[in-house]
Amino acid sequence: MLIKKPTDIKSSEITDHTDWLNRRSFLKQAALVGLGAAVLPYSRVGAAEPQSVSNNAGFKKFKSLEKTAFGKGLKLTPYKDVTTYNNFYEFGTDKKDPSENAHTLKTRPWTITVSGECEKPGVIDIEDILTGFTQEERIYRFRCVEAWAMVVPWVGFPLGDLIKRFQPTSKAKYVTFETLLDKKQMPGQKRPIFDWPYTEGLRMDEAMHPLTILSTGLYGELMPNQNGAPIRLVVPWKYGFKSIKSIVKIHFSETEPLTTWNDMAPDEYGFYSNVNPEVDHPRWSQKYHRLIGEGLFSRKHKTEIFNGYADQVASLYSGMDLKKQY
Amino acid sequence: MIWQAFNDELGANPVEKLTHETGLWGLNFLLITLALTPVKRITGMLWLVQLRRMLGLYAFFYACLHLLVYTWLDQYFLWEEIVEDIIKRPYITLGFSAWLILLPLALTSNRLSIRKLGKKWKNLHKLVYLASVLVIVHFIWLVKADYAEPLIYLFILLLLLVSRLPIIARQRLPGR
Repeated sequence: MLIKKPTDIKSSEITDHTDWLNRRSFLKQAALVGLGAAVLPYSRVGAAEPQSVSNNAGFKKFKSLEKTAFGKGLKLTPYKDVTTYNNFYEFGTDKKDPSENAHTLKTRPWTITVSGECEKPGVIDIEDILTGFTQEERIYRFRCVEAWAMVVPWVGFPLGDLIKRFQPTSKAKYVTFETLLDKKQMPGQKRPIFDWPYTEGLRMDEAMHPLTILSTGLYGELMPNQNGAPIRLVVPWKYGFKSIKSIVKIHFSETEPLTTWNDMAPDEYGFYSNVNPEVDHPRWSQKYHRLIGEGLFSRKHKTEIFNGYADQVASLYSGMDLKKQY
Repeated sequence: MIWQAFNDELGANPVEKLTHETGLWGLNFLLITLALTPVKRITGMLWLVQLRRMLGLYAFFYACLHLLVYTWLDQYFLWEEIVEDIIKRPYITLGFSAWLILLPLALTSNRLSIRKLGKKWKNLHKLVYLASVLVIVHFIWLVKADYAEPLIYLFILLLLLVSRLPIIARQRLPGR
């Protein structure tokens, strides 16, 4: 496989939506004549066309994606479920609200402002992010603190690659992320559910870990608005709320930042919030989770420590009491 | 709901959807049942009281469905987890207690029980007020951040309970 350097990918190489739709209908026909299994990239036959997925960038399919071995053999959660069952309170607190309301979000132009303890603070444009970093596909398990889970084929690149460009200093012990604050685009912010904007943070070594990615899409296309367009964090061994959406600010600091859920209910949501079946949420068990897309009569699955990524990340927390520092 | 279940229209998390829907309808019927007496007093439609038993039993029916969805579809009879939930999770403790309270009320909703229990029957059935408070707190305690919906229900329940205070219930209504 030809692996292109990031700079080789021009935005013109990203297929636009019309072409993609045409290709889809071709693929559907191909499936009908029995070629489907060989040609279709994902088992999405029969999945309904996304109804309210919108993206100001024009709904594009990534043309050149570096495939990775992450998540090989995992069964993907259907696209329809990944894009209609979302916690994104900026667009409403019901799971289906974001897919119905997130069309008001304008994802172009979009920049991320990077500040704090670093040599080269500055602003980076989403187009430069899309072309300047090799976009790879990574299939990760995603475990929500509400005891449900998905398997999502994210598109993105290691957060560490972006962080290095801004040259954090030795004082940079933590990284904070902020979601866009704009009541017009995000009508859910009119209600004082949180102290907006939504804020999340990681310890520097967690942020630099190769599993931690900034994600620009899923299922091979640019990120749907309801999933956190145009760019979001994905930390697969932590509860989903750590994976903050629609990021506009990144800040390096020496002290542990205040993060949204942790600030609101510290006994329920820790700063670390690593997936851990041994540490229950005070109001519900974390021993099992329901895998979205398995239907009404499916059984729950046993939740694994660090969401099954212990081999890669457990060493980050050696010497810590995970029951106290949850 | 059954139609939706068979047609895969319950969304991405059908078990959660069924749990929430059965719970909400149980609560709706409970509040409708409690609303009959004050509404009768205001409108003078005496026949409303005849619906009380039927609607109360609807509420209990949905409470049973709610419990069934939880034990069967949600926990899949993981008794260890269920017992732990009832003991350790306050909102489940309250929900289960509310069901336990409603159970004898449903069982004694027949004419024979009314006749046999006499005055005790009326006192027994006053437990519905306690059950309804437990149900609302059960709802409030399971919410993560957005309390709007359970608080609206709480407000309605408080109105219905206040309307029963002797000082208000004895008021003569204008025009009657």
